[in-house]
Parts: sequence; structure tokens; C-alpha cells
Amino acid sequence: MRDADQSAALRDQVAAAHAAGGSLEICGGGSKRFYGRESDTPGPVLETVGHRGVVHYAPTELVVTARAGTPIREINAVLSENGQQLPFEPPELDGDATVGGTLAAAFSGPARPWCGAVRDHVLGTRVINGRGKLLRFGGEVMKNVAGYDVSRLMVGAMGTLGLVLEASLKVLPKPEREVTLAFHMERSDALVFMNGLGDRPLPLTGAVFHGGIVYLRLAGSAAAVSVAMSELSGEELPSSDAIWRSLREFEHPFFDTKLPVWRIALPALAEPELPGEVLIDWGGGQWWLRSDAPVATIRDPVSALGGHATLFRGGDRGGEVFHPLPPAMAALQERIRRAFDPAGVFNPGRMVAVAG
Amino acid sequence: MTSSAPTTKSAAPELLRELAGVLPAANVLSRPSELLPYECDGLSAYRQRPMVVVLPETVEQVARILAICRRRGLPVVARGAGTGLSGGALPLVEGVLMVLAKFNRILELDPVRRTARVQPGVRNLAISEAAAPHGLYYAPDPSSQIACSIGGNVAENSGGVHCLKYGLTVHNILKLEVVTIDGDRLTLGSNAPDSPGYDMMAAMTGSEGLLGIVVEITVRLLPLPTHTSLVLAAFDDVESAGAAVGGVIAAGIIPAGLEMMDNFAIRATEDFAHCGYPVDAEAILLCEVDGTAEDTREQLQRVAAVMREHGATEVRVARDEAERLLFWKGRKMAFPAMGRISPDYYCIDGTIPRDQLPRVLGKMKEWSAEFGLRVANVFHAGDGNLHPLILYDANQPGELERTEAFAGKILDLCVEVGGTITGEHGVGVEKINQMCTQFASDELEQFHALKEAFDPRGLLNPGKAVPTLQRCAEFGAMHVHRGELPFPELERF
Repeated sequence: MRDADQSAALRDQVAAAHAAGGSLEICGGGSKRFYGRESDTPGPVLETVGHRGVVHYAPTELVVTARAGTPIREINAVLSENGQQLPFEPPELDGDATVGGTLAAAFSGPARPWCGAVRDHVLGTRVINGRGKLLRFGGEVMKNVAGYDVSRLMVGAMGTLGLVLEASLKVLPKPEREVTLAFHMERSDALVFMNGLGDRPLPLTGAVFHGGIVYLRLAGSAAAVSVAMSELSGEELPSSDAIWRSLREFEHPFFDTKLPVWRIALPALAEPELPGEVLIDWGGGQWWLRSDAPVATIRDPVSALGGHATLFRGGDRGGEVFHPLPPAMAALQERIRRAFDPAGVFNPGRMVAVAG
Repeated sequence: MTSSAPTTKSAAPELLRELAGVLPAANVLSRPSELLPYECDGLSAYRQRPMVVVLPETVEQVARILAICRRRGLPVVARGAGTGLSGGALPLVEGVLMVLAKFNRILELDPVRRTARVQPGVRNLAISEAAAPHGLYYAPDPSSQIACSIGGNVAENSGGVHCLKYGLTVHNILKLEVVTIDGDRLTLGSNAPDSPGYDMMAAMTGSEGLLGIVVEITVRLLPLPTHTSLVLAAFDDVESAGAAVGGVIAAGIIPAGLEMMDNFAIRATEDFAHCGYPVDAEAILLCEVDGTAEDTREQLQRVAAVMREHGATEVRVARDEAERLLFWKGRKMAFPAMGRISPDYYCIDGTIPRDQLPRVLGKMKEWSAEFGLRVANVFHAGDGNLHPLILYDANQPGELERTEAFAGKILDLCVEVGGTITGEHGVGVEKINQMCTQFASDELEQFHALKEAFDPRGLLNPGKAVPTLQRCAEFGAMHVHRGELPFPELERF
């Protein structure tokens, strides 16, 4: 598909929907349709996949700006030619994942605890709000405190605050060397081990526990990686990339299941008893659970430990897929949503059920 | 700078009685002599005595004060250490100034999970000092870190010398406890990697006290780097120095800090701090790398090579920790050094894409001659954050006005080349007019709508950070017709 700027057409569609009191379902590559709530009142689809292309890439400025429909795979290829990468390691999902969807769903890969999440790398956006106004927030510079940080607010909003047209993302050099080490241990020990790695400046970019094995990814300068390797010992895997790729793309055998898959975010060292098989990523901060147990048996122990549980895939998509918010917070977030989209044009019910 | 006599308004006796019902008498200040120390923040050109100052000590007191203000429709300005440089904590004539200095405790430091739970009045540096025995620190280090409070850092999304590698405040805080103007106590963020719903931490960080009162902050702590080294490189021209900055990045190195100073700044600081800077250089770069011993050594060699490739006339590697600190001393003393050679100086805080540096510096040189004002440049080169310092004498008639006109042109240029009017100091009252340059009215309306979701009556720090459309219309009209500041009808001292 050719690069094209469809900003004006997209704006017209939003403005028309706003004027007619209608709603729109934003859709890019369609790679994340499984995620979020099923819409309460599905409206016509607003296609963003034709609005694509890298608008500006300046390697020495460490920033890439691309239109919403640009595939992540394409961005990765462009960056790779210059020895750079998106530090938050978003999934490519067979090439269908786009910049817009990555921001909307806030999918960050295994490197997230050490290299930051999607939101940490968003420097600026162009957005169409629910009134059909084309707005620009932030920019291409690292430091910018003029106005509220609306760009970051868009991340993880599932499109309910506006249609992201374009995003400027901070990029970083690719590591010179990357290795993966394996360590056999019990789960409780694994949590302590993975957490403890943060006590010193190691070139760590991945720590996952599954099936009685901790896998660590070391990435950085060749010198730093080899020193860390000898310090940690562990068994080096022949192919470093395979496991991280399978986690990032949800292609790991753990995800090959008919059971509902939950994503659980937890503070360091938290170890809830959960009704099903788990895979622990992000050094203990992100647990994946396969389970069709009642929601309360999953959310209650997680809440008690200061975490939250998202019904990531499968299960009841019309229920509270995202962890319910306390009433005052839910009310505030609903007011924020209305501040951007007063008539409820964008993805109604995709995040929380439409009130009333 | 001089200031016209601020208008004052005495607090109504009923208000004082009500506040006295919430706070100990010593924590409610209303006598002129008591109010005096609070009439400005770090931007002393703007002064305004508040009607009353309150110093709450508990979250309950904060909530009750906000309830009183809400009922009476009184605006509230929050203030931390008062070191802000954009007048964000400037009091309002008919408002309450809520000083959070008594919230000065580190509530919990968890060396195992590497977090600290602190009150907003805790000084930035105090967190790192408390964490140091555990080999940890809090990364954002604004130059005022010895005095500035973490609550203020959240309000401004403060950066520091090391933010290219370690991020801004928004990247280093996990959780906020906030009291809204409606009296709700909310928890934003969490100790987990993320939270359900919208990214409320993004909305609150850098909101300049317009959305809520932050009463507790949980920060992330990082392990102290085991090794830190510094390269000083001198250049014959600013363009080469600018190109060398790009060269370091292109070589795949993310320095912990990368600072540039121009010749004027070099001379002034060398006279003052005697740190061994090459005074004949047109520009120097200070490039710091950190990490493990091996990593640091390797990066250092590559940085030095890049500097030479880009025509550095001299490349010095700090021999030891003492010399490293000495090289930094000059950079850190740049502001006081200016104070020594000029009665007044005005610090600007724009950010530009790094590759625009030669163009922006060239323009500044041109305008410096045009306005008859000297300008020194210190620059967070790694992240494009410029701090031009315009030297002037407030006692010379018209000089301040010329300075402000000059500063306005520089900020407009920052926007024009794809940058921003403020990299880290915030908008406050200082850059409220420049917001009209950076944002269109639809964008400003969106900001106001977001503010309304938090604060429907507009009682939290009104008049700061986001200009009204009317103000921009007036500013724009003047801007077009005259082409330059100042505007006699606006309060600009």
C-alpha cells in the first residue's frame, strides 16, 4: 500500500459522525480486535490503514514520526537500517499491527520494565477529537512541558479520547550484542532472583519465568554483556531472539489455548494464588494467566496485592474486560472522555460499558 | 528586576475564622509581614501578595481547606519550595496560597522493591540522599535539586542534566495520591507497571497545579551507576560542536549527560569558577557516560573519537572524580557567573530539534546585536533544551522591555523550527502569551475542557499555564500589528 495523508478525509468522517450523533469504530490493521470490550453499539468502521507512511525520521534526533496506519513492521525495518529500534518492543502481529493501534492498546514487549512502555516514548501526536477538530500536542523534542501531556493520555485509551493521526516516538540505538541465559529454579525463588537483578546496573532487557526456568536477556555493549554473563553464569541459549519474539507476538505455546487469557499487572515480588497456569514476564510485573475461573477469584487476590487484571483474550467480551475503577476515579475518567468526545463518537463501550 | 507595587486584598475575618477551625493558628498567615516571603517564586520579576497563606500538615487539612475554597469560590494556588522559574506558584490577589512545605517526610523507602513513598514537600535531593546507603538514587536531577520539592517536580515534569538517558519526572514516578477540588481523594498510577483506565499519571504530571493537589508521590529508584566518566571537548565553531552532538548519537551512544556552552558562557564561568575551561574555544561539550567499568571505558573512547572526527581542537578526559566534578562545576555555576558580570539576566527555556542549533544560535547572535543585549548560551545539547541567558540592567530604562522582546523572539523561533516554548521550566505566568504561538485555539479549548473535567469551577491555579482564547486574541492582534512585544495593557514587570 502506498503512503498517503488522509487526515482531511478522516476529519470529515469524524465531523460528519459528530454532527449526525453517530458513532465510529476505529480500525487500523485489525490485529487487536480481540482486545478490549465488544462495542455496545457498533457503528461504521473508520479505517485508518490507508493513512500511512513515515513522515519524518531523523536518526540523530532519536525520533520517528509516522501516520497511524503505518505498520510497526515497516517502522522497525526503517529504524533497523540505521541501527535503531523502538525501545518498548511492540508486537508486529503478522505485520498488521499499526502505530495507531499500538498507542491505543498500549502494547509493550518484554523490554518494558527496563526500557520503558509505549507511553514513555511518545513525544507528540496529531489527533482528531470527537468534535472533528484536528489537534497537535507535544512534538518531536524530548523535553516539552507546554500544555497538558495529551499525547501520553492517548496511550491505552483504546481510541475513546480521539483518533490518533500521527505519533512521534523516541527511538534508541540497537544493542551491540544480545544473549539469553536460562536458570532453573522454583517460582518464589525466581521472583526474588528477577527482582534482585535491579539492585545493580546490569544490561538487562528481559526476565521471564515459565516452566521452572528463568530466562534473562542481556543486551548492550559487547563489553557490558560479557561481563554480566560471567557475573550471572546461567546457561546460554543457542538462539537468543526466539523466546522474546514469541512472547512479544503472543506466539509462545502458553498463548496457544482455548481458555480465556488474563493479563495481570503486579508490584514487584507479589505472588498471588491464581486459578490456572501462569507465565511470569517483566521480571515479575506482568503475569499471564490461562483460566476460565470466575472473575472474582482472579481479580480479588490481585487487587489485594495492589495489581489489576485485564481479560486479555477470550471470555466474556461484553463484561468488565478492564479492571473496574473506584467510583470517584471512574466518574473523573468519564468526564475526561467527554472532554475529548462529548457526543461519544469514538469506540463507544470499547473500554467501559456506556453509562445509562 | 523591579516590581510595581502589587495590589493587595485582606482576607475576610469569616474566612480566617473558618481556616482557623481547620488549621493551628500558626499555620494560617494573613499579616502583610507574614505574606511577604510568599509573594513570588523563583521568577521574582512577578510578585503578588496572596490574601492568605495556609500551611496544612495533613491530607485531611488539605481536603478541608479545599472544601472551604470551593464553597467560597476562592482560587487556590499550591506551592512547594517556591523554586519554580515560570511563576507557576505566583499567588493570586483574591486567592489562597497553599504551601505544602510541611509535607516534608519520606514515608517509606523500600530498598528491595526500589521505591520511595514521599510527601510533596520533600526535596528532590533528599530522596537520593536517603536512597544512597542502599546503592540507589532518584534519577531526575533539576539543577535546583538541593532546594526544589518533589511535588513541584511533578507539577512541572522536571528534567535535569541526565534526562536523555534516564527520563523526566513522568518516567520516574509510579503513583500519586491526589486531592481534587471536589474533595475526592484519588490514587493515580500504582506500584504495578500500569493501571486500568486512562493514563492519569500523564495527565497530572506537568499540569502545573491546575488539576489537583498532589499529597503523596511514589517514585522509582535506580541503582547507582558503578562508574561515571566525563569528556570535555573544545571546538573552534559552534556548528562543529553541534555536529559532534549528532555524531555521538549516531555512533549509538546515549550519554548520561551532554552539555554545550558557548564562548561567552565559557569565559564568564571560567572567571568565576576556575574550572580549567579553554577560554578561547567557541564552544565546549561536556559528555558524561556511565555504567559498568568496561562499558564506561569503551564508551569514553568512542566519544573521544567522535569529538576528534568532528574537529575538536582539544579532548580532555577527566582523570579522576575530582576533575570530573570540577568540569561540571563550571556548567553548574553558569547562572551565578552571569549574575556576577551583569546586574540582571533573563533565563530562557526553549527546546529545539538539535539539528536546528546552528540556525537558532546564528539568529540569536544577530538579534543580540540588534537589541544591544549580550546573550550567553548554555544548552542541554543531548535533548535540545536551550537556556540562553540574556544579560541586562533593569535600572536602564527600557532594557527589561527590550529583553522581553528579545526573549519572545527566541521562543517564537523555537516553535518555528519545530520545538517548544518550554522544555522544563513550565509555562506558569511567564510564557502564557507564547502558548498562543505554540497552540491553535482548538488545542487550547481542548486543554480547557480537560481542566474542566478535573476542576469545573476553575479554582485551581487559574490564569496559569493555559491562556484564555480572549487573551490569545489580544496577544495575536498586537503581535501582528506591531510585530513585537511589549504590550502595555498586560502586567509585565
